[in-house]
Amino acid sequence: MSTWRRLHVKVRTAHGLLTSRWETQQRTWQYGHLALCQNLSTGRPLRNDFFKDLEAQLAAMRKKASDALPGSSWSPLEITPNLPPERADIVIVGGGVMGWSIAYWLKQKERVRGGVKVVVVEKDPKYSQASTVLSAGGIRQQFSLPENIHLSLASADFMRNINEHLGVLNEDPIDLQFNQSGYLFLASEEVAHIMEENYSTQRYAGAKVSLLSPTQVKEKFPWINTDGVVLASYGLENEGWFDPWTLLNAFKRKAISMGVIQCSGEVTDFKYTTNVMSTADGDDVDLRRIRSVKVQMPNSLEYQPVECAIVVNAAGAFSAKLTAMLGIGLGPKDSIAGIPLPVEPRKRYVYVVHCPDGPGLDSPFLIDYSGVYFRREGLGGNYIVGRSPEEAEEPDTSNLEVDHQFFEDRVWPSLASRVPVFEKLKVKSAWAGFYDYNTLDQNGIIGMHPLINNMYFATGFSGHGLQHSPAVGRSVAELILDGNFKTLDLSGLGFRRILAKEPMLERNIV
Amino acid sequence: MLVPFMSLQRCCQRSALLIAARRQWSSSSVSPPPLHTRLLLFLTQRFYDVEMLLSWGSQLRRRGIQKKNAYYGYTQKLYGSDIAAAYYILSLKGGFRYVGQSEWFRANQRGKFNWDFLKHKDTPLEEVNMSYTVINYTGLGNLEGQKALRTLSLRGCPEVDDWFLARLHIFQDSLEELDISHCPRITTAGLAALRNLKGLRRLDVSSLPGISSPGLVVILLEEMLPQCQINATGYDHSLRQERGERTEEHMEGQR
Repeated sequence: MSTWRRLHVKVRTAHGLLTSRWETQQRTWQYGHLALCQNLSTGRPLRNDFFKDLEAQLAAMRKKASDALPGSSWSPLEITPNLPPERADIVIVGGGVMGWSIAYWLKQKERVRGGVKVVVVEKDPKYSQASTVLSAGGIRQQFSLPENIHLSLASADFMRNINEHLGVLNEDPIDLQFNQSGYLFLASEEVAHIMEENYSTQRYAGAKVSLLSPTQVKEKFPWINTDGVVLASYGLENEGWFDPWTLLNAFKRKAISMGVIQCSGEVTDFKYTTNVMSTADGDDVDLRRIRSVKVQMPNSLEYQPVECAIVVNAAGAFSAKLTAMLGIGLGPKDSIAGIPLPVEPRKRYVYVVHCPDGPGLDSPFLIDYSGVYFRREGLGGNYIVGRSPEEAEEPDTSNLEVDHQFFEDRVWPSLASRVPVFEKLKVKSAWAGFYDYNTLDQNGIIGMHPLINNMYFATGFSGHGLQHSPAVGRSVAELILDGNFKTLDLSGLGFRRILAKEPMLERNIV
Repeated sequence: MLVPFMSLQRCCQRSALLIAARRQWSSSSVSPPPLHTRLLLFLTQRFYDVEMLLSWGSQLRRRGIQKKNAYYGYTQKLYGSDIAAAYYILSLKGGFRYVGQSEWFRANQRGKFNWDFLKHKDTPLEEVNMSYTVINYTGLGNLEGQKALRTLSLRGCPEVDDWFLARLHIFQDSLEELDISHCPRITTAGLAALRNLKGLRRLDVSSLPGISSPGLVVILLEEMLPQCQINATGYDHSLRQERGERTEEHMEGQR
C-alpha cells in the first residue's frame, strides 16, 4: 500500500516538475536559444534520476502484481515472523532438552526427508526459568529401578557418541565437557541393605558400580569423615556431570537442521472433540481427541491455532497445567478423569561455594544419606552444593528466589560434618530451578493418557530428566512412529501405575 | 491538465525504450562466468546431495574404525581371551609382550605379523603398546580380561578420548605405567577418571592439545596420584599470555 502511495507522490512531483519545465521551455522559447541550451544541460540529469526511480517503482509494481496472483504466498495483511504454522503433524509442547530430544529422534526415525512436520513450542526462548539449564547436570547409573538404570546407560552411550548423533556438517563438533567422575553414595546402617540390593540390580543391568567399605572410602578419599557410614557405592564408569546448555543446544541445532520448526509462544488452549464411550462396567467416559493447539505469541494478544495430529507433553514442571486444560483431574473423584497428572513444580536450590582447601581433581559427585550432595565445578576450588528439602518445608514455587538461610541451616552443617574441610567456605552464588516433581513416585511418566487419544507424555522425571533425555526422546519417538517401545521397554513408566495408584518408587537411600 | 499528462505519457514511452535498450545491451555483454564460479554455483544447487555424500563419507570412516575395534568374541571362544586380546592388538598394528617373556610381538608397517603368538595359550599380557593405532572405547573391551597388564602405551591415538580413560578402571589393580601423550581428544575432564588407577607409578601426559591450563592440571594430577611420577613435557608454561595482557594494558596507558 505504502509503495502505491509513494508512486503516486512521485508522479505528482513529476507532474509539478514537468509543468514547471514546460513553462520554462515556453519561456525560453520566448527568450532565445542560448537560455534553452542552458536549461537542457541542467535538466537532463534530473530527468535521468526520475526515470531511474520510475523504473525501480515499476519493477516493484510488477513484483507486487505477480505476488498478488493466486498461488503466491503474499497476503495484504502483515504477518508476524516466527508464527507457528497453521498445520503440523506433531506439536511438542516444551522446548527443553526433553522436547528437543523427542523432536530430534522423530526426525531421525522418519523414513523420508520431511516425512513428519514437527513443531516445538517453547514459552521461554531465553530459557531463564527452564529446568534444563538450571540443573546440576549430573548423570548416574545408581538407581534401583531397572528402567532408570537402562535409561542412564543408553543416555551415557548417546553422550559418548554425541558427535555421531548430533554433529552438524560444517559446524564445530560438540564438546559436552563431560566430567568423568563417579557418584559416591554413602549409606548409614538403616539403609545399607537397600544399597546392597540396588548394587546387585545395577550390576545385573550392566552398570559398572563398586561397593566400598568405610575403610576403603577413607583410603580412596581421605577428606571424607566416615562416621556413621556403613557402606558406600561408587560408580566407575559412565557417570559424571556435563554442561546442560551444550546438550540442549546440540539437540536444538541438529533438530532444526533436520527440519524441525521452532516457535516461541505459550500453549494456552486446546480445541478437542469429545466422544462419550461406555466401559465394560457400563460407566460413561469422555474420550478426547485434540484437534488444534492454540499458541499465544509472547507479549502480544496474537495467537495461532495449530492443527495437529499428535501433541507431545514435554512441558516439565508445568505439564499438569496442560492436562488440566483438557479436563483431566476435573472429573468426579472416583473416576479416571478425576485423577490429575501428579506433576507439580518444586523449587530446588543450588549453591556455588568456594573452598580452596577442598577436595581436588578426584572429588566424586558425593551424595550423603542425609540428602546433601556436592560436586566439583571447574578446577579453581569451586563446588556446587545442594540438598532436597523435606516434604513439610517445600519452598514457595511462584518465583525462583534463593533462600540463603536454607544453606546456613540445612546444607552447611551436614556438609561440614561429612567433609570437614568445608567448614571454611564462602558462598559465591546461588540459583534455584524447578523440578518436574512427580508427587506419586518421583519417576518419569512416559506414554499416553487413556482418556486423551493423541497426547503423549514425557514428564515428571523429578530431577533426572536431563540425564535421561536422550534415551527418553528415542523411546517416545518409537512410541509415536512405531507404535510401541523397540529398544527399551518402558511400559512400566506408563500411566497405568498412576491410575491404579501403585507407585513405582525408587528405593533410595536418601 | 491534458498537456502534462501527455508529457508524462511520452516520458513513460521513452523510459520503456530506455529499459529495452539497456536490456539488450546487458544481454549482449554477458560472458560465461569463470569455471570456479560455475562449479560453486553447481555445488550450491546440489547442496543436499553434497551434504549426503559428505555424511556418507564420514559414516564409512566411522564404520571402518568400528569394524577394526569389533569385539573378538569368536576368537575368544576358540582360543581364550588372552589370544583374542593378542590378535586384536596385532591386527591394529600394535605390539605386546607376554608375562614372563622378553620377546615382543609386533606387526610390521604393512600390518603383517608372526603367528607364533598362538603358541602361548593362556598366558596373560604384561605390556601393550598401542601407539598410533585407532583403538577406541569399544576396542578396549577386548583387553578387559587382562588382569596382569602393567604397561599400556597409547601415544598419539586419535580415537582415545575421555570415555576411554574412564574405562581404564578395568586395569585398576595392575596398571603401573600409562602413556597417553599426544592424544588429541583427551581433555581435563577425562583426566579426573585416572583416579581409579591407584597403582599407577608412571604417567605420561605430554603434549595433550585439549588441555587448558596444563600447569594447574599437572599439579592437581600429582595431588590425586601421589605415588605416581608424572611426565608432562611439550607444554608452554611461560607467561606469554599474561605478558600479552600487560602490553595491552601498557598500550591503553599510553592512550
